[in-house]
Amino acid sequence: MRLRTDGGGRVDRSRSLRFRFDGREYQGIAGDTLASALLANGVHLMGRSFKYHRPRGVLAAGAEEPNALVTVIRDDARSTPNLRATQVELYDGLVAESQNRWPSLERDLQRLNDVLSAFFPAGFYYKTFMWPRRAWKALYEPFIRRAAGLGRAPTRPDPDRYAQTYAHCEVLVVGAGPAGLAAARAAAATGARVILCDEQNEFGGSLLADRAARIDGMSAAAWAEAVVGELAANPAVTLLPRTTAFGYFPHNFLGLAQRLTDHLPSPVPGAARERLWQVRARAVVLATGAIERPLVFPGNDRPGILLAGAAQTYLNRYGVRVGERVVVVTATDAAYQAALDLKERGVDVAVIADVRARAEGPLVAAARAAGLSVLPSATVVGTDGDLRVSAITLGTVAADGSVRVGERIACDTVLMSGGFTPSVHLFSQSRGKLAWNDALRAFIPERSAESERSAGACRGVFDLAAALADGASAGQAAAAESGAAVAPSTRASLVEAASRSDEAVLGALPHPPGPVHKAFVDFQHDVTTRDLALAAREGFQSIEHVKRFTTTGMATDQGKTSNLNALAIVAGELGKSIPEVGLTTFRMPYTPTTFGSFAGLSRGALFDPVRTTPMHAWAEAHGAVFENVGLWKRARYYPRGGEDMHAAVARECRAVREGCGLFDASTLGKIEVVGADAAQFLERLYVNAWSGLAPGRARYGILCRDDGFIYDDGVIARLAKDRFHVTTTTGGAPRVLAMMEDYRQTEWPELEVWLTSTTEQWAVIAVQGPNARRVLEPLVEGVDLSPAALPHMGVATGRILNVPMRLFRVSFTGELGFEVNVPAGHGAAVWEAIYAAGQTHGITPYGTETMHVLRAEKGYIIVGQDTDGTVTPDDAGLSWAIGKSKPDFLGKRSLARASMRAPERKQLVGLRTRDPRLLLEEGAQIAERPGQTPPMQLLGHVTSSYASSVLGHSIALGLVAAGRARTGQTLYVPMPGGDVEVTVVSPVFYDPEGKRLNG
Amino acid sequence: MLLIPCPHCGPRPELEFSYGGEAHIARPRQPAELDDAAWANFLYTRRNTKGAHAERWRHARGCGRFFNVLRDTTSDKILTSYPVGAPRPDPRAADSAAPESAR
Ligand SMILES: [Zn+2]
Repeated sequence: MRLRTDGGGRVDRSRSLRFRFDGREYQGIAGDTLASALLANGVHLMGRSFKYHRPRGVLAAGAEEPNALVTVIRDDARSTPNLRATQVELYDGLVAESQNRWPSLERDLQRLNDVLSAFFPAGFYYKTFMWPRRAWKALYEPFIRRAAGLGRAPTRPDPDRYAQTYAHCEVLVVGAGPAGLAAARAAAATGARVILCDEQNEFGGSLLADRAARIDGMSAAAWAEAVVGELAANPAVTLLPRTTAFGYFPHNFLGLAQRLTDHLPSPVPGAARERLWQVRARAVVLATGAIERPLVFPGNDRPGILLAGAAQTYLNRYGVRVGERVVVVTATDAAYQAALDLKERGVDVAVIADVRARAEGPLVAAARAAGLSVLPSATVVGTDGDLRVSAITLGTVAADGSVRVGERIACDTVLMSGGFTPSVHLFSQSRGKLAWNDALRAFIPERSAESERSAGACRGVFDLAAALADGASAGQAAAAESGAAVAPSTRASLVEAASRSDEAVLGALPHPPGPVHKAFVDFQHDVTTRDLALAAREGFQSIEHVKRFTTTGMATDQGKTSNLNALAIVAGELGKSIPEVGLTTFRMPYTPTTFGSFAGLSRGALFDPVRTTPMHAWAEAHGAVFENVGLWKRARYYPRGGEDMHAAVARECRAVREGCGLFDASTLGKIEVVGADAAQFLERLYVNAWSGLAPGRARYGILCRDDGFIYDDGVIARLAKDRFHVTTTTGGAPRVLAMMEDYRQTEWPELEVWLTSTTEQWAVIAVQGPNARRVLEPLVEGVDLSPAALPHMGVATGRILNVPMRLFRVSFTGELGFEVNVPAGHGAAVWEAIYAAGQTHGITPYGTETMHVLRAEKGYIIVGQDTDGTVTPDDAGLSWAIGKSKPDFLGKRSLARASMRAPERKQLVGLRTRDPRLLLEEGAQIAERPGQTPPMQLLGHVTSSYASSVLGHSIALGLVAAGRARTGQTLYVPMPGGDVEVTVVSPVFYDPEGKRLNG
Repeated sequence: MLLIPCPHCGPRPELEFSYGGEAHIARPRQPAELDDAAWANFLYTRRNTKGAHAERWRHARGCGRFFNVLRDTTSDKILTSYPVGAPRPDPRAADSAAPESAR
């Protein structure tokens, strides 16, 4: 391969690797990235642009790459879109595809967008696709999405494993270039625990591509190797290559994404593909380097036009000549070194066009001495070439700013260098304050918000010797701040490197008047100088608005190469200074991060914890269909034969009403409230009166918040003077306990009361129905079940099957009922024994669906279904529960407000449909008059609706304005098929006198 | 993720805590004596402080205890933490007395 150099670099020429790109087979070598290997094969065209589908070549050599986005495909389940070819490590057999083109990269039919680009200015989408409205979903959006694709997601579930780990250290160093290595070495010398991470496969950063400099008598790359070797030997140092610090969160908490297997020829069975590191560091050193800026000139986006530093990296690190005849356009001294390196490696450097009026300094002199021709005060008038640049037309800028068109130079490559933008992404994420530095033409860190310091190029220290010294002092200071013993100052490294100026330009280069090619600012989102000017003309003043209107900086690269140029152009258009216009927000992640690494093991069965009751296995064995209630699995119904839910529920309901039902109520929240002041405590919390409740009795309790609205409910039993057994709703248990703890600890610390969650300690078996007593009586010891001894809402302790038991005579069904509480470990055995004993009494297990029907027939509410956080006890028809003589309870003051007692409030009522078989939809709205069309006045909504087989008609509950006063009225439920007529009735449909309950 | 200094357990990650809103809002001892406006003010009005904000946290997945934290809402910096019932510290004094872990 003529483009591969004979030796040097960080590649192994003895190990050749085969790979495929867009179906064609190529060869690379070990150490290549996909981009360097393609360049070695003469391929610059690696993608199509987002909007105009213009052919695009690789621009950069690192994370900032905007153009060369590829999908790497291992198999149906392992294809990763939007990877930067510059960061994809080559392996034997790698298969990659370009994106955003159809049918092929060379012949993209949507290139038409470019020809029609006069019709696609900034804001085009917002303006054009507004009308007709319904066409958006059907036509415009699918078209735009297909046209502006960014790769395809895999079609099968991700088979890989993703690990997560937490780590702590004194000093975290992000970036292993010169400053980062120096910082890590200095910090490690103090004995501190150091983590050093870098996104690349090899540590060294810019040192790996620097052939000219010598450090401590070694080549830059050899020095880097030596330092890495020294750090690797230190057990207190953790080295994380291939690890991107993508996010900086409060209190020095950083997210690092480590790629473990993507560079290997095939996934390693059992090994994690990536590891998410969540690091808490005492001190952080950011050594994230700087990103070279493109120059903005007409036709600056043709394949073969790339950054000078990238060309230098491809040459020195990967041994690849990016072209054979090169024109360099530069505003920096750095590009001269690139030109010198290329010339030394046999590349024809046609001219160095320096946009600065005065091109001088050691590197310029060296270039001239090497016979390179330098053109000062240069600019670019335009370029030629379609799939690859073929020529560049230069110009010269006169003192008055006018441009004289110069010669057209044939070339296959143009290198550009506009300056270096410090990578302040993480610093900015940490809420550090940036300041504009006019000399550097860049924003650099001014004040840290965290225990953090930036070092080296990321804070504008570009000179190698200075960056090494800056890194060392930052590392030492970070270690000292984190409490490490201060080590003697490390000797400064001896650096031999040409000094260079920090000059740079921003914004568009001057060009002659008249029509010109597009000059691209944001390559990935196809934003041109004209788009930015249009935004300014249309009145956008804030850079945040310009960003959204033009979408500049909003692509997956977040404008790493483009933001400062865009800012300078907008500032120029607005006639403001750059700091006046300000900077857009830097957001995490620094580069795209996989969802897998965030999900970790929390997927499939491990997505959420699953809670099961002691009787779960029995229910499974008896064919129960389960439903999720919070994290709980609850038996919903027990179908027999071919029963559907409707048939099973009808049968289960009849069994409870006529014989005996068995229900697993273990999920109810349970809190043991104990202490001399336990009754007083509940007195202040719940609306009910508790002091008068005798031991051995229970009461239905309502808990409001201080705003007067129902928060939870449940039966509370008094077991002794100082001991209550409180039950809560299934979902409400944690928040009720938290609320109780809040009042106990912070409002009433003087009360002697202790709270213990006992939800998991008790299995609760509800035995409900006319035969319930007959079923239980033979099994129970030490408790008289007779109505006189244990009336409705009575509580007793005793034994069942020789197991200790708390027995509640309670009913959520309206039938004679008991709830047997036994220690959870005995739950399954007691359940089975009751089930066996009940066989002669027709005992039938029933699930939550039947429970819901039975309670609705009785008008019992479910908090959260029949209430919604705006329902008072009186709204729910429960004012009877309020202890009216109590001086205070949570919500009492709020309930005293006039509006809380207004007669027009929504109240819980029963609803009957005229057609007894018709089932209302829960959530359906209720209107006063029929035949209305929206917008219309509504009275409320349906909260619960069931088919009641026992009653022979459907039933519903609803919240209706002034509902109780409307009893007997006809109202209307507007549905797509027309109004459904309903009659307002009492919410108690079944046994309103409660005879069965007290039986 | 914040690193929150529980006065009883030491610094722990935010995951272990639940937030409890603005601190030092005591429930009136005699709510009945408050007019509607004063009661609504107690229920709903909060400072929405920019700067040092006294707020309640509960070490829900630790010792279970409520405590107060002085946090700068502009930077998320935690100036100090202190037990329930203790007076609100002066933010300037608290800054220099901040626990090592909360710096
Ligand atoms: Zn604690």
